[in-house]
This record gives sequence, structure tokens and C-alpha cells, in this order.
Amino acid sequence: MLSREELTEIIRGIVPEAEFPEGTQLTEAIVPAGKLVELTEKLKADKQSAFDYLISHTAVDFNTHFMAVYHLTSTQHHHLLVVKVKIEERENPEIDTLAKVYPTSEFFEREVFDLFGIRYKNHPNLKRLFLEDDYGYPLRKDFKDEVNMIER
Amino acid sequence: MTEEIIKDVIIGESEDYIINVGPQHPSTHGVLRFEVCLQGETVKYLIPHIGYIHRGIEKMCEAITYPQIIHLTDRMDYLSAHINNEAVCLCVENALQVEVPERVKYIRTILAELNRLASHQLWWSAFGMDLGALTTFFYGLRDREKILDIFEESFGSRLLHSFVMPGGLMHDVHPNFQKGIKEFIKYFRKKLPEYDQLLTGNVIFHQRAKGIGLMSKETAIAYGVTGPSGRGSGWSCDIRKIAPYSAYDKVQFNECLETEGDTFARYQVRMREMHESLSILEQLVDNIPEGDYTAKMKPIIKLPAGEFFQRVETARGELAVYIVSDGNKSPYRIKFRTPNFSNLFVMNTITSGYKIADLVAVSGSLDLVIPDIDR
Repeated sequence: MLSREELTEIIRGIVPEAEFPEGTQLTEAIVPAGKLVELTEKLKADKQSAFDYLISHTAVDFNTHFMAVYHLTSTQHHHLLVVKVKIEERENPEIDTLAKVYPTSEFFEREVFDLFGIRYKNHPNLKRLFLEDDYGYPLRKDFKDEVNMIER
Repeated sequence: MTEEIIKDVIIGESEDYIINVGPQHPSTHGVLRFEVCLQGETVKYLIPHIGYIHRGIEKMCEAITYPQIIHLTDRMDYLSAHINNEAVCLCVENALQVEVPERVKYIRTILAELNRLASHQLWWSAFGMDLGALTTFFYGLRDREKILDIFEESFGSRLLHSFVMPGGLMHDVHPNFQKGIKEFIKYFRKKLPEYDQLLTGNVIFHQRAKGIGLMSKETAIAYGVTGPSGRGSGWSCDIRKIAPYSAYDKVQFNECLETEGDTFARYQVRMREMHESLSILEQLVDNIPEGDYTAKMKPIIKLPAGEFFQRVETARGELAVYIVSDGNKSPYRIKFRTPNFSNLFVMNTITSGYKIADLVAVSGSLDLVIPDIDR
């Protein structure tokens, strides 16, 4: 199991411009959208880190931008890593797919596309998962449903 | 791809044909539709269609408080309701840095194992019935009733108890709690061999289950197939061992692994897990410490701003809760990584090339609970 410092060191070696927020529960790395596929491929192939299992992928709407969040772990070493990608564009958000690196990602991505409207480039089958095609994107903060929604 | 094949079929150029299994089909155990492309009797590929019971639990959670969220988590995987509750509670306690009393940890672990047992019993009943062995259903439900009676006595509900609260438990357990569990262990230790006599050694069952739905360890990891299904492929993915929570660090138990990766291996893992759960219960039931049933909590729970993550092992695999908080009394965003979601999408890979009748055996061995997929 690698410590926070060692993980930071490895990621900095692959993506020098990565940011590492302090005081978080797990090790987090915010990387530019263009470097995501390269980073995960290298982290998976590297014997020391061996991040071969994507626990979950989701997104968070921060009103001004989206944050794509990937929780990774290694089945040998059991260390956890959170990789984040900031998506500034709100009208037509787009990001690379990880379906080639982690096959399970294909379905998490379809869920995020369904609920957030984030499009994945080169996705093998980008269709809505739960809802109908003309439904809005419910997990966006500006989504309104007059009839069914509980107000905070 | 599908559209092209449908076109071919309509024009009559292709010999493939497409049938729908579900949305209302006994073998899917819920409202789930498989679009199956067949070549004769052989499955060419399979596309799962989900969303029939999507309730938007994650969106609803953004408008309600943390103690209220507990009641929604029951409705995801209703067969491991207690373990789902516990996942959110652990995440909230972790964020608030509340140390829960030892008594609470023990009782939570006991309930989680009882829940796992009840879930595996129902799976065994339904799996046998899927393959045409009707008696299993009566045997399984007969024994599950004993566990539900223990639940009913202590929490007043049988399936969705919402008994765990952030900080501890809703109230203390019934005075008969320990006695009831001890009686159940004694009873079920005698009944478990019956399960093996009835189904495990059956030749017809072997022919339906052995060598069917092969899943390699690499496939399991790639698709994130956790829980007994993943362990049937030799992937040691038990969160109780990897990152022990509650009282799992105080008990001795084996992680049940099989390496064949077929339907029968997944069956064996669950059967062995029932024995392990009984032994965990035996170790804990006499040692529940005295003390409070809850830690001191503020009446309104507000999480500090930040992000929190918690993994637990439900009866079907890894449940992860990811909370993004902005310091309010309800989460800014909550994500449930549910085990069945990932377990479902491996179906295409592990059923292609097998017969249509094997589809029922494979989906039964993955033990899918549909509300957990749709959320």
C-alpha cells in the first residue's frame, strides 16, 4: 500500500500540472481533461500503483462547472485514489471515455450521461440508461420539475 | 449494432432472431428486460434494459436530511437493507468523527450477518426454483422466517427496518434478542446440511450449473463484479477483510473463494458464506458489551464541508457511498455505487455462446436485485 506522498509523487511524474487538494479523506488528484486517459492507463500498467479496479465514476454539478470523479483502487495493494477532472463548459460538456481502460466505466458513463448530460468522446454506446430521450438532466442543479420535486 | 440486426431480421436476410426476456419474467426477479439475440438456441449477445423502477433516490437525497436518507437506502437493495443503512451511517459518523459505543458496533455486525444469511437463504430458494427445484423455495423461506421473527421482535419490521441511525441505533434491542439468535443458530446449524442434500449434490443441478457462465478473474475485476459472484472467480474482494468496519476486526472468519468462475462456483461461495456468517454470529452473540445504544449526537446533523467515502460489503458485493457536503443538513450530492449495477453489465460477456436456458441459471447465480440497479 502506497502512502499519500508516494502516490502524489507517481502522479506528478505522469502529469506535472496535476493539483493535490490538502486535508481530504482520500488522496485526490485534479488533472486536466486531456491527460485523463494517459494517466489512468499508466497507473493501471505500473506495477507499484496497479490501479486496476474502478470502484465508481460519477459527476458533481457545482453550478459554475462539473467535476467528473473517479474512485480507483488496486486489487493487490488496496490503496485508494480519487481522480477528478474539471469540466468548465456547461452548455455542451464533453470528456474522454475510459471504457477502453476500465470496461465497467462504460456503464457508469452512460449513467452520468443520462443524469448530467455529459457527453463521452469515443464511447462505444452512448445512450440514456434510465430515462427517456426527451427528459431533462435531473441531477443538474438547475433542473426543475414542478410536480414531483421535493424542495430543499 | 442492434438496429442493423433488427433490419436484417425484418428483411429476412439474417437467421438471427431477437427475443425479449422480461420486463415481467420470473427469472429476472424484478422489472428488468434482456434483449437477447439468438442464433438457433445459442445466445449471440444480450443487452440489458433498465430504468423501469428508477425513483431518483440520489436526487431525492439532495433535499432531505441525513437521518431521512437512511429510510431511502432500505429501498435500494431491500434484501440487505440493514447493510445499506449502515453504509450511510458509517460515512456520516466518519465525517463527524463520532466514535460509536462498542455495543453498537457489535449489534450492527450481528444484524449485518443475520441480514446476509436471510438474503442468501432467499437467493438459494429462488435459484433452486429458477432451475426447476421447487422444494428449495419452501425450505429457504421456512428458515428465513426465523430471522425475520428476530427482526420483528426488535425493530417492529421484517424487511426494511431502518434500525440504524447516525451515531448508533434507533433504540435498544429486545431483551430476547440474544436468546432468539442462539436458538436460531442451533436450529439453522441442523438445517444447513439439508440444503446440501437437496440441491448441492443433485446431478441435474450439476449439469445445469457446472461450466456455465464462465467468468475469469480478469473479467470480474474489469467489470467490477464484486461480492460472492466475484469471489466465485477467485478475486478476493471482501471489504470486511480489506477495510474492516464495525466489529469485523474482532472476529475470525474465512473469505470464501472458488477459482472455477462458473455458476456452480458462485453457488458454492454463497453456501460457504452461510456457514461463515453463522460462525461470526456465534463469536459475537455472547460478547455484546453493556453500554449505550447511541453516541451523543446533535439534534440536527450537519456534515462539515468536504467529501466522504465509505465502502461496505453487502450480501451482493461492494456498496460505496460518496457524499459531497457543503456544510448543510442535507448532502450537496450523494452517490451510491451499488453492487448489482456492475454485476448486471457483465451478463453480456458471460452468457454469449451459451444456450438460452443457461441465461436463467447465470442471472440467478449473480443474485440480482433490480431496485438496487435502478435506484
